[in-house]
Amino acid sequence: MGEHLIKMPDVGEGIAEAELVEWHVKVGDIVREDAVLAAVMTDKATVEIPSPVDGEVVWLGADIGDVVAIGSPLIRLKVAGEGSDIPVSEPREEAEPSLSLERKEAQADQAGKASKVAVEGPARSAPYPSPAEAVPRAAMRARRPAVPRPEGEKPVASPAVRLRAREAGIDLRQVAGTGPAGRITHEDLDDFLARGPEVARASKLIQDTSVEHIKVIGLRRKIAEKMAVAKSRIPHITYVEEIDMTALEDLRAALNANRRSDRPKLTVLPFLMRAMAKAIFEQPHLNAIYDDEAGVVHQYGGVHIGIATQTASGLMVPVVRHVEARDIWGCAAELGRVTEAAKAGLATRDELTGSTITITSLGPMGGVVTTPVINHPEVAIIGVNKMMMRPVWDGATFIPRKMMNLSSSFDHRIIDGWDAAVFIQRIKTFLETPALIFVEA
Amino acid sequence: MKDISCKLLVIGAGPGGYVCAIRAGQLGVDTVIVDTQRAGGTCLNIGCIPSKALIHAAEEFDRIGRFAYARNVLGIEAEKPKIDLSQTVAWKNDIVGRLNNGVSVLLKRAKVKMVQGQARFRDGKTVEVETETGPQTIRAENVVIATGAAPVELPDLPFGGSVISSTQALALTTVPERLVVIGGGYIGLELGTAYAKLGSSVTIVEAQSRILPQYDSELTRPVSKRLKDLGVDVLTGANARGLSKTGDALIVETESGSEKALQASKVLVTVGRKPVTQGWGMEELVLDMDGPFIRIGEKCQTSMRGIYAIGDVTGEPMLAHRAMAQGEMVAEIVAGHNRVWDKRGIPAICFTDPEIVTIGLAPDEAQRSGTEIKVGHFPFSANGRAMTKLEEEGFVRVVARADNHMVLGIQAVGQGVSELSAAFGLALEMGARLEDIAGTIHAHPTQGEAFQEAALKALGHELHI
Repeated sequence: MGEHLIKMPDVGEGIAEAELVEWHVKVGDIVREDAVLAAVMTDKATVEIPSPVDGEVVWLGADIGDVVAIGSPLIRLKVAGEGSDIPVSEPREEAEPSLSLERKEAQADQAGKASKVAVEGPARSAPYPSPAEAVPRAAMRARRPAVPRPEGEKPVASPAVRLRAREAGIDLRQVAGTGPAGRITHEDLDDFLARGPEVARASKLIQDTSVEHIKVIGLRRKIAEKMAVAKSRIPHITYVEEIDMTALEDLRAALNANRRSDRPKLTVLPFLMRAMAKAIFEQPHLNAIYDDEAGVVHQYGGVHIGIATQTASGLMVPVVRHVEARDIWGCAAELGRVTEAAKAGLATRDELTGSTITITSLGPMGGVVTTPVINHPEVAIIGVNKMMMRPVWDGATFIPRKMMNLSSSFDHRIIDGWDAAVFIQRIKTFLETPALIFVEA
Repeated sequence: MKDISCKLLVIGAGPGGYVCAIRAGQLGVDTVIVDTQRAGGTCLNIGCIPSKALIHAAEEFDRIGRFAYARNVLGIEAEKPKIDLSQTVAWKNDIVGRLNNGVSVLLKRAKVKMVQGQARFRDGKTVEVETETGPQTIRAENVVIATGAAPVELPDLPFGGSVISSTQALALTTVPERLVVIGGGYIGLELGTAYAKLGSSVTIVEAQSRILPQYDSELTRPVSKRLKDLGVDVLTGANARGLSKTGDALIVETESGSEKALQASKVLVTVGRKPVTQGWGMEELVLDMDGPFIRIGEKCQTSMRGIYAIGDVTGEPMLAHRAMAQGEMVAEIVAGHNRVWDKRGIPAICFTDPEIVTIGLAPDEAQRSGTEIKVGHFPFSANGRAMTKLEEEGFVRVVARADNHMVLGIQAVGQGVSELSAAFGLALEMGARLEDIAGTIHAHPTQGEAFQEAALKALGHELHI
């Protein structure tokens, strides 16, 4: 038997480290070639690490949430025949001693042979073994649930437990018992003492003094870092304008009613994307990346619009590339494709990077006004608020109009308030007179 | 005489009082205990201990007698035994004396001051003791009333002459030829059985329809059977009316309403015990009562601050071990510990022949409380050890909740089952389930195996029946 070492692969972004976000295996698991062993996260994409060989997992080199340097030992597999030959230094003290002899022999036999290191790009998802098996150790210590005691029933506890409770000033009727027949054990009392007495025993409302410690890892940590950077580095200016969407909504309804069967249903967003592309044509400095460390604004010709998307694991921003070159149907199709990919967790790194301006829209949850946070290092973000029928004074009478606000933020270091206002007014004009969107420049 | 001041004064040196005083002394509480007699109370002087001595002597006498009268299965032959009851009583007194001394030594070692004499409350904090050398005033921060109980006297049959209480029955120097026992409770049956074994012709007069009426008939049946074998007459539904004019017979009204004269050299009255609430100045206090008893709370506190009451004076069950546990608890409370009465069970034993042990709920009591139950019953006739002792009568019965198998009560009847009370008490107090008892290895061959088998039977997989 040999041993095969898998190191943290270089996932091809020129990065020095990646965060381990998920173990798909645990020590003792038998894995097949190509089975997913772990998931690591880089700047934006989550990369799965498949096993290059069949073998048994004997060592895991990191805990979930650890940031691991590229090239560091990650997993050791016991494999049939000869294993990989890298002299294995012990990165952690708790490596199982029982393995050492076997490992040393294996290493001696294989000295000098070429190493085999798994390097994989974004990988297909392999369902083996099930992620549910990769339960963190802490969760396995979960306590057995206490059996609730029917009202008026005496608590069951040994005399020693009763005495301890009495001396600690605890009414055992408040303590849940996990022992046989709901018996209160010394451990139950320990737990109760650790949590502190619940005060409001007469009432059904009970103070919950528990604190759960949730490690901020993976996507959540990325989001946290990005938001902190954006808000601390960019002086935001937020500009809110209301748009009369009545004409656009009529047009949208007509287009949807007569669309070809192979075309997606249009939402408001493709119209907004096209309006933005046209407004950017007139104000190209809003479609930019500001490298504030180098003091350079990279102004892009192509309009790559990031679409802030809520996924099960958190906020992601898939990108619709080259909106300037897509018609309304093309925008709708690509928008649907990339957002679905992000929601399904299948978006590639390419689909999650490279935006030059971003739209954030919560649809019916969009509220009246928002203060969007710029997707750093971009310089502008357009926020879509909720559309609703509102009475509008037309000079003679109130008429019902479909009104919608745009709440947009700009990097005030690069964009002046005047420029921001001009940009939004331009978009307003396009959206209120939607035919203009379709007129060639 | 110089006044005494103390933190704790205990009135009554019975099992409740002396345990309270010893424990308080251990905890460094400055304690004084008062009694008119030597330490030990009813239990040690005129109750549990002397009666067990007499019962043991009677059992030995009876056993030898059985060997003497006929060839027996063991093949033992013996001469017809004789007994010198005055020697038996002297032996019993010696045991009592040793225990008296033992308690006194324990009290002394715990630095408890003993004062002999009749105590009398002057107020809630002050007690005056009539000692041999004059009145002694004791002031105490806390007082524990542990005055106990005394035999109930029947108005038509005052104690004296041939009418005796249990106290005199334990001090007779000759075996009475004809003994009539009024009251078929445990005291009357224990003493009546002993004298029957010693050769008395015994009649038991019980007002209710059967003996030991607080127990179910399944438990009392072996006792009734043994009484019959011993030739004891049991008159149920009968009431004592008084002595005949000549004084050598007891007139009873039988179940049918007719009067009957029972020849009696001694009439033992054991119709119950009443709390001792007179003679110690209770009228100087303002205590809430619970019928004839002093009302107490879960800390054995009375309605007056700093005054506690323990033992028989606080009501049923009038058992020494209850009083001891109360006494221990009160001592710790006085010493500043946080304690309340939280016991799940108090075992009770009748030292009849055979013995009866109960703790917790009997099947009918459990059912009355609306609980669904499982009952396991294992007879000693299927127990090897009982067979080798020629004592196959009786059984162990376990009552448990049907839903979670928690033990609610345990009863047993059989020779020697009093010693099983330790296991029964532990099981109940620990909140054992049937599985706990069934899963505990019980040594073979012992009568205790019947306990495990009863639990197995309640679970539906008994092994030896």
